[in-house]
Amino acid sequence: MSIKVRYFASLKESLGRKEDVKAYTGDISIRELWLICVPEMPLTDNILAAINMEYADPDAIVNDGDEVAFFPPITGGRT
Amino acid sequence: MTIKIVEQDFDPWQEIQSYQNAANMMAGQYGATSVFVGTMRDFNECDDVKGMTLEHYPGMTEKQLGQILAEAQQRWPIIETLVMHRVGVLYPNEPIVLVAVWTSHRGDAFDACRYIMEALKSRAPFWKKEMLTSDQERWVLKNTDGYKRANLPAE
Repeated sequence: MSIKVRYFASLKESLGRKEDVKAYTGDISIRELWLICVPEMPLTDNILAAINMEYADPDAIVNDGDEVAFFPPITGGRT
Repeated sequence: MTIKIVEQDFDPWQEIQSYQNAANMMAGQYGATSVFVGTMRDFNECDDVKGMTLEHYPGMTEKQLGQILAEAQQRWPIIETLVMHRVGVLYPNEPIVLVAVWTSHRGDAFDACRYIMEALKSRAPFWKKEMLTSDQERWVLKNTDGYKRANLPAE
């Protein structure tokens, strides 16, 4: 099976694509998945991640069939 | 409890009126309605803004908002809630977000409305890209810390 990886907003623009599909080859963390998909850019604190539409830590484990997303901090503005 | 993500301009006051008429709220039960409407400004960070594109993560937006409303309902005795949010291309003076909360008493309505709004701003995946009058485009980077726990009413 596979893992779908989606990108949003300014990250999508700077990568020039909105998604990747990676073959599942065993348990992998968010951090490791990022290294495979975007080796040219470090995974900084300014990039958030979600697994199946729930916020996830870089150490969280991705399972077969999961949808992973990477995106910049959401635009909340001033209170 | 209703969540609507819309691509077209909407009239928040009309939406509140029709929701109130249609929802099964049992007239006579609610004694307080608290409403927040966020509207697009024509300035930000000292620049004139002529428009904005609001991107979101379809599916995650609804999931996160659903969780926020469920948390609010656990915390306050809420009768009904309506949350609407625009996506797509917006122009100054158009409403961006509506949060309306119906409760029996005012304190719960005010507190729940503020909680939902601040949680939305810190957790719902929306991103703003501004179009300046100079025709320049830029992503808005400023994000919010959300609602500090200290500001929340005691459980």
